[in-house]
Amino acid sequence: MTNPLTLYDRPNSYIGHSVPRPDARRLSEGRGRFVDDKVLPRMVHAAFVRSDMAHARITSIDISDAKNSPGVIAVWTGADLAPHVEPYVGVLSHLAGLRSAPQMPLADDVARWQGEPLAMIVATSRALAEDAVALVTVEYEELPAACDMETALDPDAPVIHQEFGSNLAWERTVDVGDTKAAFSRTDVTLVERELRFGRHTGVTLEARAAIADFDPSEDHLTFHYSGQAPHMMQFIFAKHLGLAEENVRIIAEDVGGSFGIKIHTYGDEIATAIASRLLKRPVKFVADRHESFLTDIHARDHVVHGKMAVTQDGQIAALAFDDVTGIGPFSMYPRTSAIEANQVLNLTGAPYDIENYHARARVVFQNKNMMCQYRAVGHPIAMAICDGLLEDAAAAIGLDPVEIRRRNLMRDDSYPRASASGMKLDDLSHQKALERLVDMMRYEALREDQARLRNEGVFRGIGFCSMVEVTNPSPMFYGIGGAPIASQDGATIRLDAGGGIQVSSSVTEQGQGTNTILAQIAADIFGVDLDRVRIKTGDTEVTPYGGGTWASRGAGIGGEAMLQAAVALKEQVLDVAAVILQAKPDDLDIKAGKITDTDGTERMDLSDLARTVYYRGNELPSDLKPELIATRHYRVTDFPFVFTNGAMAAHVEVDTDTGIIRVLDFWAVEDCGRVLNPLLVDEQIRGGVVQGIGGALYEECLYSEDGQMLNTTMADYLVPMSAEMPDIHVAHIETPTKTSVLGAKGAGEAGTGGAPGAILNAVNDALRPLNSSLWQMPMTPERVLKALGKV
Amino acid sequence: MKQTAQISLTVNGETVEADVPVRRNLVDFLRQDLGLTGSHVGCEHGVCGACTLEVDGRMVRGCLMLAVQANGANVTTVEGLADSGRSAALRQSFMARNALQCGFCTPGMLASAIEYIEAGGASDRNAIREHLSGNYCRCTGYQAIVDAVCDVIDGRVSA
Ligand code: FES
Ligand code: FES
Repeated sequence: MTNPLTLYDRPNSYIGHSVPRPDARRLSEGRGRFVDDKVLPRMVHAAFVRSDMAHARITSIDISDAKNSPGVIAVWTGADLAPHVEPYVGVLSHLAGLRSAPQMPLADDVARWQGEPLAMIVATSRALAEDAVALVTVEYEELPAACDMETALDPDAPVIHQEFGSNLAWERTVDVGDTKAAFSRTDVTLVERELRFGRHTGVTLEARAAIADFDPSEDHLTFHYSGQAPHMMQFIFAKHLGLAEENVRIIAEDVGGSFGIKIHTYGDEIATAIASRLLKRPVKFVADRHESFLTDIHARDHVVHGKMAVTQDGQIAALAFDDVTGIGPFSMYPRTSAIEANQVLNLTGAPYDIENYHARARVVFQNKNMMCQYRAVGHPIAMAICDGLLEDAAAAIGLDPVEIRRRNLMRDDSYPRASASGMKLDDLSHQKALERLVDMMRYEALREDQARLRNEGVFRGIGFCSMVEVTNPSPMFYGIGGAPIASQDGATIRLDAGGGIQVSSSVTEQGQGTNTILAQIAADIFGVDLDRVRIKTGDTEVTPYGGGTWASRGAGIGGEAMLQAAVALKEQVLDVAAVILQAKPDDLDIKAGKITDTDGTERMDLSDLARTVYYRGNELPSDLKPELIATRHYRVTDFPFVFTNGAMAAHVEVDTDTGIIRVLDFWAVEDCGRVLNPLLVDEQIRGGVVQGIGGALYEECLYSEDGQMLNTTMADYLVPMSAEMPDIHVAHIETPTKTSVLGAKGAGEAGTGGAPGAILNAVNDALRPLNSSLWQMPMTPERVLKALGKV
Repeated sequence: MKQTAQISLTVNGETVEADVPVRRNLVDFLRQDLGLTGSHVGCEHGVCGACTLEVDGRMVRGCLMLAVQANGANVTTVEGLADSGRSAALRQSFMARNALQCGFCTPGMLASAIEYIEAGGASDRNAIREHLSGNYCRCTGYQAIVDAVCDVIDGRVSA
């Protein structure tokens, strides 16, 4: 077998080309198969009574009127469902000291956040179930609530879980070098800021949706799920409902956006599965938008006190910060709500040479909805801390923000190496990416325009972010801590009698184009046209076992497994072809569905080979035992994660009368290793940038002091819409990872991770001549005007 | 308590007679009663645009209209736009530009874009962005959608 890398240059190659997604056609014709599109025989519908209070003892729940409401089939409270579920606790052993309390799908005696499910109604339609919800009367005894994470650790704060004695869920400190000594040097300039990152959420256009279909005759649960990690969910339903794992089938067909929102254990979904088991018929639950805002995991919510010292020539002498983050009343199961803070400690400053680094994070319980992993976990915080302070320091010593990066970025020839926090890094290109960015955005000209416009009273700003992204995680991310989350993925490829191939993979598709990437790799490496490949993902019963799609791992890990499987099948097929054609396998190849000589001369059709094997085995020697199917698995072994890097820049204009920030342009140079499909990668970057801009400028889950979320509609919670968004210019550097043959790293989260830091810097660049700055996201018009002292 | 009304309308060229609860909105009626699940529901209060469809020649929010209000109307959904070929060029350009990822916004986005194109809209990026600003997309960042609409207006795709 030849080195697969040489295959990239073959005719009919797909890897590296902008191949449109075959499954897009179906979706554009209205033929999607989203969970709410499915109707099963005898299916009934669930709705939930949810807590109106942030923290309250439930003194009684009167369900009698609801029970008699038309169409109602069942009404259950927490006590009713408790015997049917094993409680779950969101801790992992590698996050030493992390604590959380057992959770149940419906709260029993105490509600700990507004929106927590208290009772479940199942009726013949969702509308009738909602009618009955309105007839349930809950009596509460209000308890003092700890809503504000900044005071939740105060000695007199109400403690949410008495057994812990405080609201501290987890704390970690990283201390490298001697920051104290560096900060007290007389030859450094210090900048110090308080950065605030608001709570926001995923707002997937398709809300969380589930159909649980329990069949008592086989003790078997089929769960139609809108999400990213089918095998993880299989484990969770099996363990907590007491079923054999093989008796739980998770099907995730079309998913209307996930971004990390739909990868957690939600009480209403567990309750839906229990309901199906109790009723012995399918039960559907689809969250409405109000429920989504109240209960889909929220993200970010950090207050960071950060400090940086730089020498007069702009070298970073030290970086230190203290992060407090609020996670709601429990750590989310099974991924935990400490991973984000852990990432902030791991990633801050990772693009730069930093010898003295001190970071502390405290993860705090509070009476708000739970916080957990959302696209670019921890990244926007980590990048904004370091790059925000860096540009602040550059301004303080009168250095250009590009120049200060040139003096501090890790050199492209300095890998493999580690970051200050100890992250193992390799195959990165910060310097190249920055220079490419500066070139692409016409930096000098832009600065000239900026200066000219300032004289006319127009305040524009240019801001940068040099960033890393965690992709292709190894078992060090979750598995090591005891989570039921696979870090390896598998791909199976089968040659069928007609000469087409069937592929199944354990990574999943939520619109990124995973299925297309898999088809490209399979077709390219094995040697058939793309339209002869059928892909199956998102079904635990028929795909290999694996982790699914999260942490930008689909292409890098799932893709490598696919490549290995295609290589294996090709070898197997050529072995058979060699016997039939009386040739040596090494002298044969497969191109566009034909067995050929290596010079391309056609010898036989793949379907002839397959039909001979499947139908007319009598024509083959009896000692030949052909296998026209191959499965391979892949995991990253040499590194905990495969990092990517990027350089981004934002150009904004701040209206100093209204406080409105307009993003004029955005540029992103990304190095995700080998680019498998430029069309898809560019769109991942752009979509990610727009989510990052959303977090930086618009999106915030607003709560009252007593823990009531105030903006639970899409009219009140602002998301980026087309009119506000700029065109986003994307370019790539390709430094393939040496950890795989394919060389692909992830790309899905870079934009979301880097954009907020770039926007923060651009806004502050615009405000600088006015002697103002703003360090709170989202940077709303009101906050801009406050920073300017105008309100 | 159950209140229904008899309605008759044309959906994607077919005559439909139905007895519907008077409180059911048009998009729920199309999805639940007729199995036309191409139209999506993202917010149920007229903000996200996922339910955008055509009623008597105008693009409307299927969640803001009751099914009974469509009595006698001519309704076209994303399925009808595909079957008749009316969305063919736009669908092709959406695929070429990767203007859909998860595809959940796509039926509404296509409807709004067709409204713009059929009204003779120019390939002016800002005008297109303004026109589509009632359709939320969480995945794409919108740029590819604007590109796709421009491609159709400028005749860069044919279907
Ligand atoms: S569902 Fe109708 S506009 Fe959102
Ligand atoms: S493609 Fe997912 S919401 Fe638009």
